[in-house]
Amino acid sequence: MNMNRRQFFKVCSAGLGGSSIALMGFSPTAAQAEVRAYKLARATETRNNCPYCSVSCGVLIYSTGDKSKNAPGKIIHIEGDPDDPVNRGTLCPKGAGLMDMVNSPTRVKFPEVREAGSNEWKRISWHEAFERIAKLMKADRDANFIAKNAAGVTVNRWNTFGFLASSSASNESGYITHKVLRSLGSVAFDTQARI
Amino acid sequence: MTNHWVDIKNTDLVFVMGGNPAEAHPCGFKWVIEAKKHRKAKLIVVDPRFNRTASVADFYAPIRPGSDIAFLSGVINYLLSNDKINHEYVKHYTNASFLIDERFALEDGLFSGYNAEKRTYDKESWKYQFDQDGYAKVDETLQDPNCVFQVMKKHYARYTPDVVAKVTGTPKEAFLTVCEYIAETAAPNKAMTNLYALGWTEHSVGTQNIRSMAIIQQLLGNMGVAGGGINALRGHSNVQGITDMCLYSDALPGYLGAPLDSDVDRKSYLEKRTPKAMRPNQMNFPQNYPKWWTSLMKSWYGKEATPENDFCYDWLPKKDVSYDVLAMFDRMYQGKMTGFVCQGFNPLASVANKKKVGDALAKLKYLVIMDPLVTETSEFWKNHGEVNPADPASIQTEVFRLPVVFFAEEAGTCTNSGRVVRWHWKAVEGPGDSKSDTEIMAHLYQTLKAMYAKDGGAFPDPVLKLSWPYRIVDDPSPEELLMEISGKALADLYDPKDATKLQVKGGDQLASFGFLRDDGSTACGNWIYSGSWSQAGNLTARRDSSDPSGLGQTLNWGFAWPVNRRIIYNRASCDLAGKPWDPSRTVIKWLGDKWGGNDVPDMRPDAKPEEGVMPFIMNPEGVARLFARDLVVDGPLPEHYEPFESPLDTNPMHPKNAKARSNPVSRIFKGDLEVFGTAKDFPYVATTYRLTEHFHFWTQHSKINAILQPEHFVEIGEELAKEKGIAAGDKVKVRSNRGYIKAVAVVTKRIKALDIDGQKVHTIGIPLNSGFTGRTKPGFLTNTLTPAVGDANTHTPEYKAFLVNIEKA
Repeated sequence: MNMNRRQFFKVCSAGLGGSSIALMGFSPTAAQAEVRAYKLARATETRNNCPYCSVSCGVLIYSTGDKSKNAPGKIIHIEGDPDDPVNRGTLCPKGAGLMDMVNSPTRVKFPEVREAGSNEWKRISWHEAFERIAKLMKADRDANFIAKNAAGVTVNRWNTFGFLASSSASNESGYITHKVLRSLGSVAFDTQARI
Repeated sequence: MTNHWVDIKNTDLVFVMGGNPAEAHPCGFKWVIEAKKHRKAKLIVVDPRFNRTASVADFYAPIRPGSDIAFLSGVINYLLSNDKINHEYVKHYTNASFLIDERFALEDGLFSGYNAEKRTYDKESWKYQFDQDGYAKVDETLQDPNCVFQVMKKHYARYTPDVVAKVTGTPKEAFLTVCEYIAETAAPNKAMTNLYALGWTEHSVGTQNIRSMAIIQQLLGNMGVAGGGINALRGHSNVQGITDMCLYSDALPGYLGAPLDSDVDRKSYLEKRTPKAMRPNQMNFPQNYPKWWTSLMKSWYGKEATPENDFCYDWLPKKDVSYDVLAMFDRMYQGKMTGFVCQGFNPLASVANKKKVGDALAKLKYLVIMDPLVTETSEFWKNHGEVNPADPASIQTEVFRLPVVFFAEEAGTCTNSGRVVRWHWKAVEGPGDSKSDTEIMAHLYQTLKAMYAKDGGAFPDPVLKLSWPYRIVDDPSPEELLMEISGKALADLYDPKDATKLQVKGGDQLASFGFLRDDGSTACGNWIYSGSWSQAGNLTARRDSSDPSGLGQTLNWGFAWPVNRRIIYNRASCDLAGKPWDPSRTVIKWLGDKWGGNDVPDMRPDAKPEEGVMPFIMNPEGVARLFARDLVVDGPLPEHYEPFESPLDTNPMHPKNAKARSNPVSRIFKGDLEVFGTAKDFPYVATTYRLTEHFHFWTQHSKINAILQPEHFVEIGEELAKEKGIAAGDKVKVRSNRGYIKAVAVVTKRIKALDIDGQKVHTIGIPLNSGFTGRTKPGFLTNTLTPAVGDANTHTPEYKAFLVNIEKA
């Protein structure tokens, strides 16, 4: 029986113990020069959706690594998901460029601040970012919160703070964003659906 | 979409107007090609540009930007005067037979009740006549002069083919050809689908553009059927879902109205929003409103929300004025706002009048940007030369930029244009220290909560007592959140009709909104998503693409809201007796004892056809509204108004009434009025659009897309190019009264000058895809040019029709 290394492992994983194969005289011959294995076959496949237009095409993302905690993966290929009933494996010129988008050098990687009047960005920690933003928001809310309107009706609103929400965020992110905003009394918020 | 992407393949006629799916939604447009190939369906396109959708159309008609209502009103007139309507459908499934208040009138372009000073209508005369039982009066013969059918006939008779040609510039013969195509689908076994996008919404008459099409589809009987419907091709991958979660000031999740100052307590709030049936035997489904609202409050405030405290009604902020994006930037411009957060939103590029937006941002104390990319907005303060000539030293806004993960780096659900909610999985970690939107919001909330717990402050209760049952408080999982959105029983639920019968065990996920209660025994974060995560698990993650009907319904792929229904209003796909208009495309039908078929019926399952329960169950009338009553602010029937910046001095429908030139009730802020341009200085009509190779201002950051389409351009017709001495490839300067952009000229045969009542009108096409922080050549932001005036109902800005001038740069 002639098997290359890859086929051999396939057989093994199908349930036969390696030693029993050897006993039966099926020891694999050394792999000779062969066509390089299709590299996506070794990649981790993840199902996702294109983030651009509202066709929201199914995509397959191929990445290195196996998603274990200490082996960060890198996306090496993205293509249309042939099982998706809407796009059936196709992607448009926008979607075909998804990998370049994810791996774009102009991704923001760290929290930064541009101080008042400054001409540059300064890297800060998440802790500093959350503390400073929360402090600004609290001072604003405490100073401008309207508990009752002129007619004495309880209105409990905060309208000096505004928020624009993303139409590319997931439903879950949108929901928790709404929940947090209303708890603060926020009324001045809107989303891309408007424009 | 009332229908969905794959369903387009079931149609006989695809009518595209106000959209360009071949370029903006290419993989969805595939289904148009399928319909053409396999059903011999026809495709017709009406657009100012001969775009790539038009290039594969069976028929194309040009139109002047901003004159769509005149065109569509002409179609309605054609259908009514040539009797090309589905009679049984119109008589029973629409409000054609309803009697309107006798005082209702349209006089010289203004509907009855106009207040010129306030720019609003008193809508008292736009209502139905009611009988002593509180039901709307009808005349089933459709002959009463006050019935909707007769009112419409009179209203639309003015839009003759000659008038249409004069206002729109569409040649009369081309207009009539379009009418003939459309009229064929009045046959009960023919269907037309309508595909539109921002080409209809981004007008000062956007709502009425879409209303016009809805009227056409109702007259033809094309709603609820396979291959029919009104299908909005929406912009972002999850714009449908985020709209459903209602991330805007007017609504709470699931399109529940946000409380207003006038809603003083829970009782009056609910009464105003819980309608009574307007005709006998109708489902009037919004009668369940108190259940939806109370269940939402239980999701947000848990045990704190009790009947004694009105389920924390007062903890919800009440809205006093509009806070849409144009209104917010105007408030900011006036110095009335302190802080602002942009979550995956790039307003400097995407909101009208870039100069005003930049000046407004400079008045903030703090600005927070949450985004995966370096956006133009995050650098509004930075000098990028001519494309953004800012002076950092003079801008005192503190700007924070927080790194956010991309789609590939998080799990959760998105809802496509066809309302199908699908789960996606995380592939890799985001770069650097990036976090998800959820994690950032949770962390920010926890930081604020700790500050309020320690130091107190303005009304801390809703902040301190917000229900937060997540395993990791700084990072709720998408699974936990979707389960909360979908809803659960908080106590054992017994059948309301039989108290001995246990329906749902306390703690269990609910199968649908049918189980929601208004007594606090259920929690549900968004009633229309109820059942998406039931006891059967996460239905949005289902991947069974089997399609036994052959209609492309794939009922076990993901979860469509509501209740996994793929085509809404599907009761209207059958005649009165419950028999499908076209049995070869059966969506549902009456099976003798219940409704069933190839979709989840949009009807009470046991409602016998002879009971007369009509298909439009969300309306208290039970029928569709040809006449919109008092539910839109700018008229119960659409009327043509000119764009705020128009090449015409008057409205050709009402040349003598200056008040009726443009939408008489659109909101105009001080300062915006002053920067409207006139045709004297800006003689050309401009319209904006998307390119195939780019998505908004994102793909400029993607190398391959930047290579494919590296530089901003504008499209002009050959005739105008010759007049102006502009050759293909020349750099040109395009000016409006709000600023200028420079770009490369593309001279094209695709845009032709149109004859508008003897006046020659040129149109210039301007792609919106340009920016200065990506990998393409730094370009100007297109919205430097656009006016900050919008639709009177939605305040969606008028990006699709405004005035510019052009010269060689």
